[in-house]
Amino acid sequence: MQSLADTLIAKYLFLQSLPTEVVYAGLQVLVGIVVLSAFVAPFAGITSWVERRIAARIMDRVGPNRVGPQGFLQWLADGIKSILKEDLIPTLADQPLFRMAPYFVFAGMFAAFVAIPFSSALIVADLNVGIFYILAITSLVVVGILMSGWASNNKYSLLGGMRAAAQIVSYEIPSGLGILTIVLLAGSLSMQEIIKAQGASPVHWFLFNNPFAMVAFFVLFVSSLAEGNRTPFDIPEAESELVSGYNTEYSGMRFLFFFFAEWANLYIIAAVGVTLFMGGWQIPAVLRAWAMGINPLLPHLFEFLTFFIKALGIVFVIIWIRWTLPRVRVDQLMTLCWKYLTPIGFICVLGTAVWMVLFPQGLPWVTYLLLTFVGVTILYFFYRVYYQTRFADVALDFNPFV
Amino acid sequence: MTEFKTQEMTLNMGPQHPSTHGVIRFIVKSDGEVMDRAIPDVGYLHRSIEKISEAMTYNGFMPWTDRVDYLAAMNCNVAYAMAVEKLTGIQPTKRAEYLRVIAQELNRIISHLLAVGSLAMDVGAYTPFLHTLREREAINTLMEELCGQRLTYNYARIGGVIYDLPDGFVQKTLPVLDRVERALNEFNRLVTDNKIFLKRLGGVGVISREEAIDYNLVGPNLRGSGVKWDLRRDEPYSVYPELDFEVPVGCGEAGVLGDCYDRYIVRVKEITEACKIVRQCFEKMPAGDHMVKTPKKIRPPKGEVYTRVESTRGDLGVYLVSDGSDKPYRLKFRTSSFTAMSIIEKVSHGLMIADLIALIASLDIVAPEIDR
Repeated sequence: MQSLADTLIAKYLFLQSLPTEVVYAGLQVLVGIVVLSAFVAPFAGITSWVERRIAARIMDRVGPNRVGPQGFLQWLADGIKSILKEDLIPTLADQPLFRMAPYFVFAGMFAAFVAIPFSSALIVADLNVGIFYILAITSLVVVGILMSGWASNNKYSLLGGMRAAAQIVSYEIPSGLGILTIVLLAGSLSMQEIIKAQGASPVHWFLFNNPFAMVAFFVLFVSSLAEGNRTPFDIPEAESELVSGYNTEYSGMRFLFFFFAEWANLYIIAAVGVTLFMGGWQIPAVLRAWAMGINPLLPHLFEFLTFFIKALGIVFVIIWIRWTLPRVRVDQLMTLCWKYLTPIGFICVLGTAVWMVLFPQGLPWVTYLLLTFVGVTILYFFYRVYYQTRFADVALDFNPFV
Repeated sequence: MTEFKTQEMTLNMGPQHPSTHGVIRFIVKSDGEVMDRAIPDVGYLHRSIEKISEAMTYNGFMPWTDRVDYLAAMNCNVAYAMAVEKLTGIQPTKRAEYLRVIAQELNRIISHLLAVGSLAMDVGAYTPFLHTLREREAINTLMEELCGQRLTYNYARIGGVIYDLPDGFVQKTLPVLDRVERALNEFNRLVTDNKIFLKRLGGVGVISREEAIDYNLVGPNLRGSGVKWDLRRDEPYSVYPELDFEVPVGCGEAGVLGDCYDRYIVRVKEITEACKIVRQCFEKMPAGDHMVKTPKKIRPPKGEVYTRVESTRGDLGVYLVSDGSDKPYRLKFRTSSFTAMSIIEKVSHGLMIADLIALIASLDIVAPEIDR
């Protein structure tokens, strides 16, 4: 990176007038933006297609299958359509705020990717306060949503905006407590340090470290769903109540920005979960040594895939939940946050702290017990699925490509 | 220090709104999320069906009755046919009566499947809605075989029904009924037993026994409030006395008696009962003609009649006045969605906006039925 910057400085005279550090930093930022866009944009798009396909299979219908093989290019078609659409702004809307709002939402989401690790080396900025930074920067989304709700000059949008603001701000607290539990265990706020404190095997994941950490994972997961406005907490854009919530008046590309942010946010939720609880990109040492012998870049590919597949697992669960559960009501949402998740979050933090004092080396049998518990739960779940499918009368088609 | 001025927010819900199921409008006076009241505004779908009848012959008016309540077209057909028959003294054959009951109960399954599915959708669960629609399609196909239409059936005639059962109809229907019942089990596991769903409906929009009677609620809405009243059982018409079926009533399982959940669960149970009735009809149905001979131009004697049938949304009344000519002098439909609309203003006080949606859906209001 530095050598590239040096050659650029040698080539272009105007760069020589700038301090060298600025050029270095500028190039880094530029490369970061390009690389992240190259990852985030297709990811959000493809996720939209995946979500629609999964939803269709859950709902017993086909889903988009016309554009490209199996409708894979549907997201591109949708994007092109949205760009070509007329950019409508209501006459009585607050024009500057209305125009700005989608970018706030988008920027808040996009900036969070800076601190998301993809492998041991692939991270735009390994901030020493990485997880704190993600928590802080995603709060920018609230500003954008509130702005869009207010600027639309529409009561449904306003209600949606207010709901979103109340919801996201409230759920910052349980999610912060969930994160704090892991920060205690790892002793660092840096994303890479947290991952390095864990291991490749589930035994070394923080998820199974102690019972409190496992509860903290669920606290964090539920609050992430709420912060990402996902069902069952999608009340800000509750279609049957508020038409479309804060984005009711948006159309075309501005509308797309909101949804771009929503789908990109899925990956952030998953990535934070994987980083904090599921060992991030850690791969077995044997595999790393073997891959290193072939090509020094190969371990990074494995690390990236490990992280990505774990994250996709969580993304799938989130999509699955969305198409299964009804929506909670505003007051029930707040009750869940303040009466249940927040106290449980505090218990997790305190419990973990006490645990670390009592058992500084950890208790292996507790880890194995938790692991067995989760394993048995998953097995029982698949048994139930098998049991239910025997009684289903409709022809079941597990093939996702119909 | 300046005083904050607060004011009531007026939210115009409708006429175009995703969850009002058609062109219904509510003027919601609310304080943020909590409503003070929701004032229903009816009249957006008035098509003067009653007035049109005065220019139509008795037979020619039959297709218009489909449009009174497009989700229970069969009930409207039968109610109108029964009124004219009562006025003229035409007695349909026994087989025709059974065919009418079969068609009406299949219609009830269709309508209730849509009602419970869209209630689930209105509280945010999209998947069950599509599942119920899937089952509904199967019965729609049966209806298409029976009368050539999927939605506006135009099946009953004065003096019977237009077609007899097509070949193999019974063999085709029985598996579909089994399938509906099994799909309903699946639906119950997915939705009815869902904690969030129970919390959203339980104790919400409570209509007490007395209120329900005072506001003239009928059908599942009345039974949801714990009143065991069903025309099919209490004022039997057609061949219902020969059939054995239960009348499910709400019992406040999820909270208070008469809440949204009770109205919902009554509908779910009625689907099973309707399946039962159709099966019995197939067994008991006598052979014979499906239509009696009627004069080409029906000229009832002077007089007036009032008939009612238990439609899917409850008591559907037809008031018919004849002046002796070949056209009705006056025809009046008494529909249940109109009275269900009127109670919303009272019940909605203190509910949240999200609850209003659940309340409308649980009352199963169908927009065209309000105004005719």
